[in-house]
Amino acid sequence: MQINVKIKRYNPEADARPYWAEYKLEARGSDRVLDVINHLKWEVDGTLAFRRSCAHGICGSDAMLINGVNRLACKVLVKDLGERITIEPIRGLPVLKDLIVDMEPFFDSYKAVLPFFINDDPPPPGERYQSAEDRAVFDETTKCILCAACTTSCPVFWTNGRYLGPAAIVNAHRFIFDSRDQGAAERLGVLNQANGLWRCRTAYNCTEACPRDIPITRAIEEVKRALLWRGA
Amino acid sequence: MNRAHKFDVIVVGAGGAGLMAARYAAQHPGVSVAVISKLYPTRSHTGAAQGGVGAALGNVSEDHPEWHAFDTIKGGDYLTDQDVAERFAVEVIEAVYELEHMGLPFNRTPEGKIAQRKFGGHTREFGKSAVERACYAADRTGHMILQTLYQQSIKDRVNFFNEFHVLDMIMEGGACHGVVAYELATGDIHTFHAKATIIATGGNGRMFRVTSNAHALTGDLMSIAYRRGLPIEDPEFYQFHPTGLYKLGVLLTEGARGEGAILRNGDGERFMERYAPTIKDLAPRDMVSRAMYLEIREGRGAGPDKDYIHLDLTHIDAHVIETRLPDITEFSRIYLGVDPIKELVPIQPTAHYAMGGIPTTIDTQVISDGQNTIVPGLYAAGEVACASIHGANRLGTNSLGDLIVFGRRAGIEAAKFAASEGFTELPAGVQDRTRELIDGVRKGKRKERVSHLRRELQDTMQDYASVFRTEEFLSQQVEILRDLQERYECVGVEDEGHKFNTELLEAIELGFLLDNAEQLVHAALNRQESRGAHSREDFKERDDATWLKHTLVYKDGDGVRIDYKPVTLGKYEPKPRTY
Ligand SMILES: Cc1cc2nc3c(=O)[nH]c(=O)nc-3n(C[C@H](O)[C@H](O)[C@H](O)COP(=O)(O)OP(=O)(O)OC[C@H]3O[C@@H](n4cnc5c(N)ncnc54)[C@H](O)[C@@H]3O)c2cc1C
Ligand code: FES
Repeated sequence: MQINVKIKRYNPEADARPYWAEYKLEARGSDRVLDVINHLKWEVDGTLAFRRSCAHGICGSDAMLINGVNRLACKVLVKDLGERITIEPIRGLPVLKDLIVDMEPFFDSYKAVLPFFINDDPPPPGERYQSAEDRAVFDETTKCILCAACTTSCPVFWTNGRYLGPAAIVNAHRFIFDSRDQGAAERLGVLNQANGLWRCRTAYNCTEACPRDIPITRAIEEVKRALLWRGA
Repeated sequence: MNRAHKFDVIVVGAGGAGLMAARYAAQHPGVSVAVISKLYPTRSHTGAAQGGVGAALGNVSEDHPEWHAFDTIKGGDYLTDQDVAERFAVEVIEAVYELEHMGLPFNRTPEGKIAQRKFGGHTREFGKSAVERACYAADRTGHMILQTLYQQSIKDRVNFFNEFHVLDMIMEGGACHGVVAYELATGDIHTFHAKATIIATGGNGRMFRVTSNAHALTGDLMSIAYRRGLPIEDPEFYQFHPTGLYKLGVLLTEGARGEGAILRNGDGERFMERYAPTIKDLAPRDMVSRAMYLEIREGRGAGPDKDYIHLDLTHIDAHVIETRLPDITEFSRIYLGVDPIKELVPIQPTAHYAMGGIPTTIDTQVISDGQNTIVPGLYAAGEVACASIHGANRLGTNSLGDLIVFGRRAGIEAAKFAASEGFTELPAGVQDRTRELIDGVRKGKRKERVSHLRRELQDTMQDYASVFRTEEFLSQQVEILRDLQERYECVGVEDEGHKFNTELLEAIELGFLLDNAEQLVHAALNRQESRGAHSREDFKERDDATWLKHTLVYKDGDGVRIDYKPVTLGKYEPKPRTY
């Protein structure tokens, strides 16, 4: 079918500000949006810049604002969007070129919550045991691929770029609720600060944006409750 | 930013192998380490691995490293170096426990131990029946390994140069002194001077049309090493995984068959019973992929064009599918609109894994010939390397094990070497080759489009050099590649900018891919036998008398030169491979 694709373009070496470019092309309903922009890059305009790698929703490279919703270009098909497709960079992070944004502030927030396993007891010779039930408690939040779709869909983050954001909280959750981990107090301390957890206004955008279907708002609520019970 | 850097150890690549190597190198007191990666670490393709990492923990049923080593050697059709397989099978146990200690959230058995499931070619008592050896975290084991190792690297404060694309190795006097890299954000060229360099840049599956591999897997360092005069070992052994989504190649893990899924031809028949009566659908990948091709060729494919096979999960408990195989269920639903709980999934073999690569010793030191001559200061681990543990055909779950065992080994060995050596002076004009490479593309004639050449490469490799091979087709492919190499001289790019010029890098990556294809096709044409993943219709039998040896392919002017390296044998005599 014929589709009409509008892309917000910006070349820092040529353009004073971003502009909309429109392309008409043939596509199949089963094409991924990533296939569409690859086609544009390969056949129409080689300067179009975006990140991609795995092409099946695993590496987290290609989160974009597609028809007004944050999604991975490789995980949404043309048939689910119809013949008019608009693509913009994810919001709230500085745009570097076309659909490429500066991910450093995002990773800084992630690193702030101590997103690594903390347990200073000497490990046993084999594995540490954990019951299947204890393992299930944080299963969902282990799925995060750090694509930033959630954080950059959050209205609080748009107005306050220093807000740690849902992705960082999801990754804190992954450890706080891991029965083997001992760093919960430290992480809750970080999340209790001015730009932490309490900024969340439960807008649900993050949950809707997550390409891995992580119930983010629920995870944030669980961390809030942990903070109230355990204190920090 | 400063464009000249100096570190004791440089790791190129931030997948499982690279991150493991960096962690261990950094533990050596006083050794400085940096990781250079063309992708953000968590974008590496290790994150796509699904099914599991094999280790004889014996958590579900009795198991031993000897059984694992034997399966690996037999799975590799006896081209596996047996000393490497034996050490691997022992050390991978320790390495898996270590991942657990780093917090990796494995699924658990009812007693709370690491859960394990069956996988192709992994057996008890030297082939009696399938054994649960694959340690898994749902169907995102690679994702959890990559995340866990990246998390640890944050804790360890590892230095990263992300979105830096390595385009050359600094070679002088037969030794490696670091690499030259292109910074994507700025277009600047950086020199990384190192005492020891570890290559961990993964695979090259993008030379085929249907592949499970990411766009970024273009075999860059296999080409760079080759251009620098080093050999590539066993490139003809390229694995096609049986279960890729039809036309897309997106992988559905073998873990699905480990959980009981069945392959059916167009008549609904469980055809693997005819090809591997003992372990059926869980036979090694080379055998299953060939069986699928034969079924299709003999008119028993499924679908309107009878050109695919079905993967049947419909008899498996829906809860098991949703909890142990959630991701592949979603891939099938999204990309094919097929619900595996209720419907048969259309699949076809997909280009998956390079058994060959940069040759190394058992200690990950890169070697330059069949006499094991070591290249000082150069190490390789992971899919890019060939130790050789996988021989002619890798068993599922043995790559993730390879990353953690040999990634660790590379880190330890490189740091030890760096600690005992001083920096040598860099040769003059270290960046010259890189500048030439970039300028060549920037100023190219643009008579040829990169995407068109790449498509031709992928189509022809798929048709002439994939699961079944003949002299006729391979010779034809040699000519096609020569033509593509020539036309590659006439590519160019529209993007004249310096910032995020991804078009420029795609063009350079195509050049790397062409070299990888050349290595594979020449080695395949040369090897007149069938072994593991290399199946010649004109030489159907394995020929141990002549061919029980590793291939080494060198670049020689515009052509190639082929040499050999003996296989390290051991306890297990080569036997016919039946399952
Ligand atoms: C879909 C899929 C599923 C799989 N499932 C399993 C499984 O269940 N079990 C199993 O054992 N194996 C599995 N495998 C195989 C296994 O995942 C891979 O072989 C392995 O992850 C490769 O890891 P690596 O560290 O060698 O490379 P990768 O993880 O691919 O990392 C390569 C790194 O090198 C960097 N790089 C590459 N070129 C350059 C350059 N020029 N300059 C700078 N950096 C560069 C990249 O940025 C990246 O960081 C699977 C593979 C696929 C594709
Ligand atoms: S390209 Fe990897 S998530 Fe889309």
